[in-house]
Amino acid sequence: MSNNQQMCGGEALVKALERAGVEVMFGLPGGAILPVYDPIIDSSIRHILVRHEQGAGHMAEGYAHATGRPGVVMVTSGPAATNVVTPLCDAFLDSVPMVCITGQVPYAAIGTDAFQECDTTGITMAVTKHNFLVTEAQDIPRTIRAAFHIATTGRPGPVLVDIPKDIVDPVNPRSAMTWYEATDADMDLPGYHPITQGDPELIRAAAEMIRTAQRPVLYVGGGILKSRAAEALLQLAEMVQIPVVTTLMARGAFPDNHELCLGMPGMHGNFTAVTAMQKSDLLVSLGARFDDRVTGRLDGFAPAAKIIHVDIDPAELGKVRRVDIGIQGDCRLVIEDLTAAMREIGGVEAQADRRAWRSTISGWQEKFPLVYEQSEPGERLKPQYVLEELRDNNPADTIVTSGVGQHQMYASQYWKFDHPYTWINSGGLGTMGFSIPAAIGAKVGKPDRRVWAVDGDGCFQMTAQELVTASVEDIPIKVALLNNSYLGMVRQWQEMFYDERFSEVYLSEQTPDYVKWSEAMGCVGIRVESPEEVAPAITKANEINDRPVVVEFRTDPRENVFPMVPAGKSNSELVVDPSQQGLEP
Amino acid sequence: MSNPDRFHTIVTTVENKPGVLARVSGLFARRGFNIESLAVAPTDDERFSRITFTVDVESAPLEQVVKQLNKLINVVEIQELPPEDCVSRELMLVTVAADAHHRRELMGLIDDWRAYVLAENTERIMLSFSARTARLDEFEECLRPFGIVELQRTGRVALPALD
Repeated sequence: MSNNQQMCGGEALVKALERAGVEVMFGLPGGAILPVYDPIIDSSIRHILVRHEQGAGHMAEGYAHATGRPGVVMVTSGPAATNVVTPLCDAFLDSVPMVCITGQVPYAAIGTDAFQECDTTGITMAVTKHNFLVTEAQDIPRTIRAAFHIATTGRPGPVLVDIPKDIVDPVNPRSAMTWYEATDADMDLPGYHPITQGDPELIRAAAEMIRTAQRPVLYVGGGILKSRAAEALLQLAEMVQIPVVTTLMARGAFPDNHELCLGMPGMHGNFTAVTAMQKSDLLVSLGARFDDRVTGRLDGFAPAAKIIHVDIDPAELGKVRRVDIGIQGDCRLVIEDLTAAMREIGGVEAQADRRAWRSTISGWQEKFPLVYEQSEPGERLKPQYVLEELRDNNPADTIVTSGVGQHQMYASQYWKFDHPYTWINSGGLGTMGFSIPAAIGAKVGKPDRRVWAVDGDGCFQMTAQELVTASVEDIPIKVALLNNSYLGMVRQWQEMFYDERFSEVYLSEQTPDYVKWSEAMGCVGIRVESPEEVAPAITKANEINDRPVVVEFRTDPRENVFPMVPAGKSNSELVVDPSQQGLEP
Repeated sequence: MSNPDRFHTIVTTVENKPGVLARVSGLFARRGFNIESLAVAPTDDERFSRITFTVDVESAPLEQVVKQLNKLINVVEIQELPPEDCVSRELMLVTVAADAHHRRELMGLIDDWRAYVLAENTERIMLSFSARTARLDEFEECLRPFGIVELQRTGRVALPALD
């Protein structure tokens, strides 16, 4: 497409998306965005027609998590825009690159309470990294370029572009524009200059602090994945021989099967990961943000630890916990520089003697593994067992998505994540219903990979309709539905902290019939009720690749997630599994 | 404004575009930060505006708000000016009752404070007065006995002090 060609804003928008490298987008048309859906027919971009706009948003997130490329959403104005607010906020909290195009009423009608009008940029201001209201067709190419630039650089995040109908509608003269290939100079972002390279002096100081630390821990978060730093992290960890904890957002960023990997810390982290952080004298935080679910009660968190904090977002440095050394920069670049700096000061030989620390840690690992009790014959399944069987009957590069609640914690605890970008979940916002649309997005981005959505029955009922999308669009995901008939995590809190007074957490044991529902949506539905059926059902699901599969596992509602740091308590007050209570660390 | 040291001035240079003030002020609101005063106008370069905030640093730590402000794409530059490092001014327009009995006394006050008479009639005088915020407070107190009919202050603007 040559510059200076006359075209309509709608064509220019689709062309600009193609130029931004968009291969797929998730959306649903409607009045205000109608003119843009016409040129989509002739576009190279694959459009996935969703059943609810929230699904489009989570699909875009799943796609972005799995591929590293920005997820793209296109929906209409008003209720469609408000329906994407949840995924926008989800992407904002988990720093997921996403570009969302919303239709808007014609420019002249804005502010008149027109049909399907809402103040989309006003509503989404607090849940996007940035948003634009485009007022002239001529601005479309440069705005789209800026949107992708902002979404994918610095700390990634969602960017929304609101497009009034008149500037994309060929029957309106305001849609006439002259095409141009937008350049960086066209973006005009005088206030946006993300810094990626860490300060060399601070990196040298950090290397020295690491060298002398007796009980260091690498505390790694989702920033490792966003900056494609898993390989760099592996090199650093192996060179300095320091144990690694991977937060909920970073599962897989460091392989679980590595001897230095301690697994997940935090509220439902394992004893060793939580306690190693708690007793450490140096936490090296790489792309993590000291979330309350990791720190527990803040004034009791890792009291003896000095803090080195590396993050691309300077507002994170010292936001929650005072830092000793704060380094602003891209995790991969800083880790590479830090590895070089460690090598310069003598590598692993120059490090403090940490044999005692390592033996303490392996003692904890031996004494406090993750445990659960297998169900008695005739009882409902243990969810942990289902996760173990899923893990053991799928290749290590399987992509696992999850919703939010007990099943999410079991998945994070019992799956073994040995590869980056195999774990996709809603960490910051905790959005129930995330797993099915996220799995669809991941499968679209990585069609050759097996994708399992681990879901709960509460979550399933929030976004299950996207399985129709998956069936119709030929996106054969698999769903492991852990059905305990309860809002399980809320039930657990009511059992532990509200004297077993269960309030509004029981869903139903009979309704819906998940097998019939799945079949009605074009999926294969399988119900599993006893342990010996678990592995065969998973195998059967794995053999079906021409449509989505839902395997409903009837799990035990009495099962609780352990370990657990009760809300408001310090991580030193971690409650381990009942069978381990009373053991001396 | 009893303790002026509590009030710090944040001078932000922002892109002169629709909605930018809402982004900036919304950020303050979301962090529970009360804006004491606010002044906005384009700079000498019309692509940019300057927003000058006065905020109460005793109400919440300023550092995080400044860092969050910096993350706004439309914010180009931020200067945080503690009271001792800046020169600040505020403008007041005020209409004061001025009948024949008190007119002479009021005119004397206006002269002493170097305020300007903008308009007058037989009952009222409209003044403009520009000074540091604390001086505006004092002047306002001096005018009060005469009868303040209407009063409008702009909020302070500030520049870094010269060495």
